[in-house]
Amino acid sequence: MLRKLLIGTMLSGALTAGYAAPSFADEVEVLHWWTSGGEAAALDVLKKKLESQGVTWKDMPVAGGGGEAAMTALRARVTAGDPPTAVQALGFDITDWAKQGVVGDLTDIATKEGWDKVIPAALQQFSKYDGKWIAAPVNVHSTNWIWINKKALDAAGGKAPETWDELIAVLDKMKANGISPIGHGGQAWQDATIFDAVVLAEGTDFYKQSMIDLDPAALNSDKMVEVFDHMAKLREYVDADFSGRDWNLASAMVIEGKAGMQFMGDWAKGEFLKAGQKPGVDFVCIRFPGTQGAVTFNSDQFMMFKVGDAEKKAQDLMASDIESPDFQSAFNVVKGSAPARTDVPNTAFDDCGKKAIADLAEADKNGKLFGSMAHGHANPAAVKNAMYDVITRHFNGEMDSKAAAAALAEAVAAAKG
Amino acid sequence: MAMTTTAQTAAKNPRATLQDWLPKLVLAPSFALILLFVYGFILFTAVLSFTGSKLLPDFSAWVGFNNYVRLFNHPNWITSLKNLAIFSFLYIVICSVLGLGLAILLDQKIRGEGVLRPIYLYPMALSFIVTGVAWKWFLDPGIGLEHVMHLWGWESFSFRWIKDGKMAIYTIVIAAIWQSSGFVMAMFLAGLRGVDNEVIKAAQIDGASTITIYRRIIIPLMRPVFLSAFVVLAHLAIKSYDLVVAMTDGGPGTATWTPALFMQKFTFGRNEMGMGASSAIIMMIMIFSIIVPYLYSELGGGKKQ
Repeated sequence: MLRKLLIGTMLSGALTAGYAAPSFADEVEVLHWWTSGGEAAALDVLKKKLESQGVTWKDMPVAGGGGEAAMTALRARVTAGDPPTAVQALGFDITDWAKQGVVGDLTDIATKEGWDKVIPAALQQFSKYDGKWIAAPVNVHSTNWIWINKKALDAAGGKAPETWDELIAVLDKMKANGISPIGHGGQAWQDATIFDAVVLAEGTDFYKQSMIDLDPAALNSDKMVEVFDHMAKLREYVDADFSGRDWNLASAMVIEGKAGMQFMGDWAKGEFLKAGQKPGVDFVCIRFPGTQGAVTFNSDQFMMFKVGDAEKKAQDLMASDIESPDFQSAFNVVKGSAPARTDVPNTAFDDCGKKAIADLAEADKNGKLFGSMAHGHANPAAVKNAMYDVITRHFNGEMDSKAAAAALAEAVAAAKG
Repeated sequence: MAMTTTAQTAAKNPRATLQDWLPKLVLAPSFALILLFVYGFILFTAVLSFTGSKLLPDFSAWVGFNNYVRLFNHPNWITSLKNLAIFSFLYIVICSVLGLGLAILLDQKIRGEGVLRPIYLYPMALSFIVTGVAWKWFLDPGIGLEHVMHLWGWESFSFRWIKDGKMAIYTIVIAAIWQSSGFVMAMFLAGLRGVDNEVIKAAQIDGASTITIYRRIIIPLMRPVFLSAFVVLAHLAIKSYDLVVAMTDGGPGTATWTPALFMQKFTFGRNEMGMGASSAIIMMIMIFSIIVPYLYSELGGGKKQ
């Protein structure tokens, strides 16, 4: 047994030594969770570009859980003092890591290339910490979309709803036509995605006060009760088997015409395109009624970690490549999102993509671009999940709207403490 | 002659010393590893639970019992505890009863026991993840049992517990029982095979019916097996995580959260490492409160004999 143990120790020692061996200067190690078909294809664009510049791409994919598994892997790497070069990260996770003092600095390259001017300020809030650029934003997903099956919409009057009442009228007609009006999956984040849009429809000021500033008076207000009433109303149009369903299955229901529409971020577009559907012909993309002109977003970014001087060159090169307009266009056409810089030509995008780019620029100009609560861009993970709990409980009928608004304010206060 | 004896003892002594020390030497590495990686990390977690750690461990921010206060004020933790109570009670009781029943039936010296026994035992060979996914599909009204019944023409059939916040925890109980009762049966079967035939014969001569023999003699003799089964099942219940993740992931809403799920979600999903650690400590206390009396009764019982 002792011998076995010795051999084991030697082996693990050798393994650790392998890990600790200095990586080659022109190499980037990238931790990400873009492993599904479309996502992997999109990331491949970056990989090819870097390889053509003589930088080796060391892939470290950790799939699953919307990045939760990847963040767990990252914890282990950072604790061991051996972080990867770049890590795909979202919103407040970037800030949380920056607070630990382990992230790198991209300010030189950012100043040289003028990122400040072309990247929306709302995104910079996450890409910068303490005045320094720490992450390179890859894309902007907006979440206040509705994806409608064109045939189902035509059968229900043909006019895309622009107000809450029109939305309800369309949903009623779809129900009468014998389909499930809303394709939805009962997972906390999906419930919260709808919630985002419903709050935003109450006004951009209200969204900012309640979701971003976390003002207790706004959280437990009559307006919030109305938001929950709207959620309860929408719940009536969801089929009975919705609980636990994945979002892409809900998209499939809309594609197949079993459901009329889905409230989901623009990653859902990928599902429609994959099924051979054309925007405007087979499906329609509109903003949630009452939110045209405003955008709630989430943005994938590559957060850069502190590396040695030798690797810094490759890291800067990678960041520069990510922000190059041709990559931004090529990547986001495949991924279904909008470019993170506002000066990228929209020629390669489809109609929904063009609308996304135009809406984003407009919202950015008018100060109506907000981080999405449901996707961790309005408040830190603890607060976000505290909100999830209340939203999903209410959506599943465990409490009424008044109690939900009170519980929301209470849960947020507790999570902040 | 005296000299040779001294020489012999001198020669024997190093060997005897070595024999004395060898077991300790051999055990030392594993003992050290256990000390560090089990008890060391329990201590680490305990310390962590008194800090305000968020993303990474942070020992500079002492918050005292604040994490525990927040824990017991958190609705999800209360839900988790309630679910644990429902789950562990039903799981332990039904598994024991079913396991004992199956064992008694198999113990009737029936033909084909060798075929039947593994059939009941095999679910144990599956991981809880596999069991969970299979049962999730089976119980899903859209694709599983209900759907099949509808296809067969029984249109009014309805079984949608897994989609119902009030009943979903019971579907997890069902899956867990399906998985574990065969194992409990094997434990009881081993116990039943160990019962002295003489005792049973004596009872039969006294005119006791089979039911009386089981009720008054055999089942009381199973007491140690009940205890072992209880300990095995109880700690599985407290640790229940994978089955829940695979079947419902805590849903619908937060209806099927369990303490282990709470610990994982808070530590790794919500960046609340301090609170996650305090929930882990509470779970450990729960497990200790089961294991320690068990060990005490086992070891104490051994001394009496």
